[in-house]
Amino acid sequence: MVEHANIRVVHRGGSKINFRAPVITSDSKFLLCASGECVKVYSTTTEECVHELRGHTDLVTGVLLKPSNHLQVYSCSTDGTVKLWDFADGILMKSYFVGQPIHAIYASGHHEGVVFIVASGMNVCVCVCFFVELFQLVALHLPQSGDQLAEGLELSAVLPDVKASPESIAFGRGGEYIASVKGLCLVVFFFRKQKTFSFYLKQNSGNGRKNTFTCIACHPKDDVISTGHEDGKIRLWRNFNHKKEYTYLTLHWHHNAVSSLCFTPEGTNLLSGGVESVLVQWKYGQESQRDFLPRLGATITHVTVSPDGALFCTSHADNKITIIKSCVKVSAVIQGLVKGDVTTDLMVDPRSKALVLNGKPGHLQFYSLQRDKLLFNLDIVQQEYIHELGLQQVEVVKAAFDSSGERLATVEERKPKAAELELSLKLWTFDQQTQSFVLDTTISAPHEGGITAMCFAPAAVDHRTATLVSASKDGHFKAWQQTGPSWECDFVGSYHSLAPQCCCFSADGSLLAIGFQEVVTLWSPATWELLTTLSQPPGDIRNLCFGRLSCSKYLMGTTVKNLLCCWNLLTCSLEWSTSMDVSLLLSDPLSENMAAFCTLDGCTDLFVFKPCEPRPLFCQKAVCPGTVTRAVFSPRDSLQESCDESCQWLNRSQLYFLSQHMDLMTFITQAEEKQLMASNKQVPSFLFCLFTLSNRCIDHHPDTSARLLQTPAHVLPAATFLCSMFVQSLLISVEEMESEKEEEDSFDEEEDEKTGVVRAKWASMEAGEAAEAAAPAMTRTQARELRRVKKMERGWLSGLLDC
Amino acid sequence: MASFKPTKIPVYPKLGEKVTQETLYWKNYKAPVQIKEFGSVTNIDVSPVAPHNFAVTAFTRIHIYGPFSQEPVKTFTRFKDTAYCGRFRSDGQLLVAGCEDSVVQLFDVSGKVALRKFKGHTKAVHVTDFTSDRYQIVTGSDDYTCRVWDIPNATELTTYQEHTDYIRCGVTSKLNRDLFITGSYDHSIKLFDARVDKSVMTMDHGQPVESVLLYPSEGLLVSAGGRYVKVWDLLKGGQPLVSLRNHHKTVTCLCLSSSGQRMLSASLDRHVKVYNTTNYKVVHNFDYATSILSLALAPDDETIAVGMTNGILSIKHRKNPEESTELSGQHRRRPAYRVFVKGKNYIPQQDDYLVSKPVKQHLAQYDKHLKKFSASKALDTAMQSWIRQKKPEIPIALIKDLDRRGTLKNALAGRNEQEVTRLLNFLIGHLVDPRFTPVLVIAAEMMLDIYGSVIGQSSIVDRQLLRLHDLLEREIDYQQDLVEVLGMLDTVFACHLPRKEVPCLGVNRSNGLAKGETSASQPQFQAT
Repeated sequence: MVEHANIRVVHRGGSKINFRAPVITSDSKFLLCASGECVKVYSTTTEECVHELRGHTDLVTGVLLKPSNHLQVYSCSTDGTVKLWDFADGILMKSYFVGQPIHAIYASGHHEGVVFIVASGMNVCVCVCFFVELFQLVALHLPQSGDQLAEGLELSAVLPDVKASPESIAFGRGGEYIASVKGLCLVVFFFRKQKTFSFYLKQNSGNGRKNTFTCIACHPKDDVISTGHEDGKIRLWRNFNHKKEYTYLTLHWHHNAVSSLCFTPEGTNLLSGGVESVLVQWKYGQESQRDFLPRLGATITHVTVSPDGALFCTSHADNKITIIKSCVKVSAVIQGLVKGDVTTDLMVDPRSKALVLNGKPGHLQFYSLQRDKLLFNLDIVQQEYIHELGLQQVEVVKAAFDSSGERLATVEERKPKAAELELSLKLWTFDQQTQSFVLDTTISAPHEGGITAMCFAPAAVDHRTATLVSASKDGHFKAWQQTGPSWECDFVGSYHSLAPQCCCFSADGSLLAIGFQEVVTLWSPATWELLTTLSQPPGDIRNLCFGRLSCSKYLMGTTVKNLLCCWNLLTCSLEWSTSMDVSLLLSDPLSENMAAFCTLDGCTDLFVFKPCEPRPLFCQKAVCPGTVTRAVFSPRDSLQESCDESCQWLNRSQLYFLSQHMDLMTFITQAEEKQLMASNKQVPSFLFCLFTLSNRCIDHHPDTSARLLQTPAHVLPAATFLCSMFVQSLLISVEEMESEKEEEDSFDEEEDEKTGVVRAKWASMEAGEAAEAAAPAMTRTQARELRRVKKMERGWLSGLLDC
Repeated sequence: MASFKPTKIPVYPKLGEKVTQETLYWKNYKAPVQIKEFGSVTNIDVSPVAPHNFAVTAFTRIHIYGPFSQEPVKTFTRFKDTAYCGRFRSDGQLLVAGCEDSVVQLFDVSGKVALRKFKGHTKAVHVTDFTSDRYQIVTGSDDYTCRVWDIPNATELTTYQEHTDYIRCGVTSKLNRDLFITGSYDHSIKLFDARVDKSVMTMDHGQPVESVLLYPSEGLLVSAGGRYVKVWDLLKGGQPLVSLRNHHKTVTCLCLSSSGQRMLSASLDRHVKVYNTTNYKVVHNFDYATSILSLALAPDDETIAVGMTNGILSIKHRKNPEESTELSGQHRRRPAYRVFVKGKNYIPQQDDYLVSKPVKQHLAQYDKHLKKFSASKALDTAMQSWIRQKKPEIPIALIKDLDRRGTLKNALAGRNEQEVTRLLNFLIGHLVDPRFTPVLVIAAEMMLDIYGSVIGQSSIVDRQLLRLHDLLEREIDYQQDLVEVLGMLDTVFACHLPRKEVPCLGVNRSNGLAKGETSASQPQFQAT
């Protein structure tokens, strides 16, 4: 079989933006954050991604503004390079090759030409078989050469044994010292004296709370170090240039670990955040005074302040960056794809074509795959979320859309330790007016056990009634039917008190297949009659899928005992079966194709096949390590033309899947890749064209102004700059016209008048005063008269008025 | 910064009758006017002309009431014995009534003395009515005869002696001057034509007939007798259409609503039922204090008059639509002050721009406490007596939310005797309600954990705990009984349902077929 080299697995969107603290540029217009293998530049006002700085080949671990040039930014990555960028234009200026994975980067305005990086030191053998990776803080002297790539750099160790997290090291006032925390130890290194002071805390203070340091920040104007601790305390250290006489002040508000600390640029306030998702602002000097900004949505992981102190910025555990205007108002929220524990299946909303999965606790997120942007979060649980560790929260565990996207069913559950399961089924209807889903019916305790599978029947002709089937561990499946405004239970079915595992409707809605452990039962949804049973022991049924279109007579099933079966529904017998460990089987809603993810030797292989054909259409070995359990076919906007046989299954829809490490991946063909590259190149050329085009050019291309209006505002230059150019382009210049006039003096009357009018307008704009001058029917002679009047000396008039 | 999400108070479905358009219509009556008569009210007739007075026959009198007066407008007392069946003529000017002493009297509505007296019956006359040509009277009597009389010269025209028992009900056709129907205690209903000398149609009701009613179209006839109300199709020669058994005592009276869409039946079981005349389903039900003998409905259903055995006449008037809107209008919110800063009677102009102010989120008191994480105070506010008694779902929703927040134990702990008693009382009141049980069981367990050590210190709390104990024991017994009953029912159902064989081809036949056959069609899933 041919190796399908022209289909590639790529990461697609949804990368983390909360991995490292974001950086706000000094004009507060842009926000830079490390996101996967690139640095994303966001606009702080429109929340849009302006561009991406691409060039690193591994995870970007730090972003830092160059202290000596506020238009340049350093980034470091685990690929062992530090890169210098011009973020406004997205141009890579320099690369410094270090050679070791870099985990954090620091710089101070008082250390010219030096950046400090945290790199992994040598691996120290602690025990016989344990290797502990140690990190050290290294000063990297940057050569001033003009080379694009610099190698063999001068490195000098500053602090051995530091934490890899960037929150644990900070520069002190004026870059005089650098402080680092690790475990229970605070280390301060003074550059001038080349001296290190270490301060240790006891393991536990009093009532068993942990004293471990979590983060550090230094006051910009004062010799004060603030440290955050695991028990929620903040300590303000003073006098730390003495071994013994140091003092500290303890502030306590947080009840869980402080995850980030930050001083405002003037040092008047200290900001802190943690699990409580409350941004606390402490007044420096009057620490009893605090301001709070509560309910920010999720655990705060990083807090940063813009260089002018006007904007605060918090990163959250749910892949979100919040921009806060002077600690009062949230002005912008940049939300990435929330990738926690995916409990619902991946789904595609038929209406918006967005990927839907559970996101923030108690929410469903709608993520646009085309625009790589989170569209919105739908609040399912509608309860105040309590940010506290160790609480049993209500989680959205299942969701299902009907085929038109009109209705949505969600299941939420909470499992308290010593009580029965709290389960509720919610049914939502799409509201055209608010363009959102509104809650229709809440069914509390729909089943006695957890719901294992749920699906809507394909829409009936009239769209009035809808049927939902839910299968539960309690051994029953229930059919819910919409009757008028609300839903009610229509049928409760069971089969020999076995627990149903999966359910599936045939494409026309005339058959319902439910897998009861080893047995597949087929029901008629019209009468709720058990039609027949199919079974292929041993092994419980894991997945069931009806064939579509020309293969609709087949029912596919996979069992836990490595069997993929295909039953013919006309003869009620097994058509074929093959032995493979299929972890996930799903069918393309737009074609007959089915995709099976198989686990083999710790890797996942993909097979795409038609149930009626003996040979698979496409197969790829080792798609990704680990097991794939979530995947979805997403319909394309436009049909793709591909003649290659092995790519044809990607024509109508794209296959997305979540790998073991929660990376969203997809399959892309070579042709598509080329297209994407082409469209990427097009944008800058257009902009360049816009800037260099003369006024005449705009006249010749009447659609240019339309294109100007269609272009997103954030990629255009300032409006003040464009405005005069734009207005000028609409006018006809005087010189041009006069030359025209001289050339062709024998114009007829009408034409003559027209140009005269335009010139008159031009003149009136220049004069700026004479409204009457802009009278429509002004001839050339009148205009010339007017110009003469304008040029006349008016000094005598002012003199007259003065006396 | 998201706003605080208030505690969700679940809405529990209300048990009992469903609110339909029908119930709203029939409930839209004012409180009834009760008038005490001298004896049981045997008949009520509504005047067919404008003021729609009621002729109420009770004991030896006939009172005529105006539509809104509680005092009789007119009274006819010239009866030697109990009067029966006072009925208006179709022009509303004459009134006929039978009497226990067998004399039928005709009155002018404005006069006092009888205009005519029809003598000929030998026993009490319970049925009297005018024919549709307004010149004749039909009567039915306990002497098993029914007669037709001429009004001008007070002579008997015809006598029919076909019934074999008392004639207690009858009705004349409104469209044909010669047709009338009588019902008798001999279980039969007979249709007479005055032009021939015997009945033209006979229907067997099966019970002594108490009331008959003709549809406005006169194609259908309704009869009531015993517990049954039966509908007959006259055009098909008296074929029975429907038999209704919605009362559990004798049905005494029938009447149609003015639109003809609904039929009402009154019975000795103290109920008036409203039927839909298209599907004959009961759509509404009125309850009265005692057994009902007579019932009448004014045109447009403006008034429902019901006469009962204890002599009470109950009259219900329909609520005016203006009155109801006036009431709701009073509660309408006035516009906010800030909108009318320009003066009370300032009318907003077209180009006025209303600057919208951020809407302040209103939170209930307990939510305010929850927002501040003060669990005990929140529980206290939700346990205020009026909330606790009127809306028990609020404290229960709050207990559930506190449990979710992990602070329920803190909220329940540290209470004094009075508060513990209050909490225990609440638990006792609602613990066995199946809607609340899952939540309250957790709270009850916590209460016992916390206050287990102080048992014996307060007699009140001890008594409450004993009550709780008894309650739980009783509940366990109930549940046990219910499970037993369920088991019995299952057996009964299993025996009575026909057993359906499920075709199970997959088991009978070899599912994999023969190995050799399938190998050809097996796909080769080996990636190379």
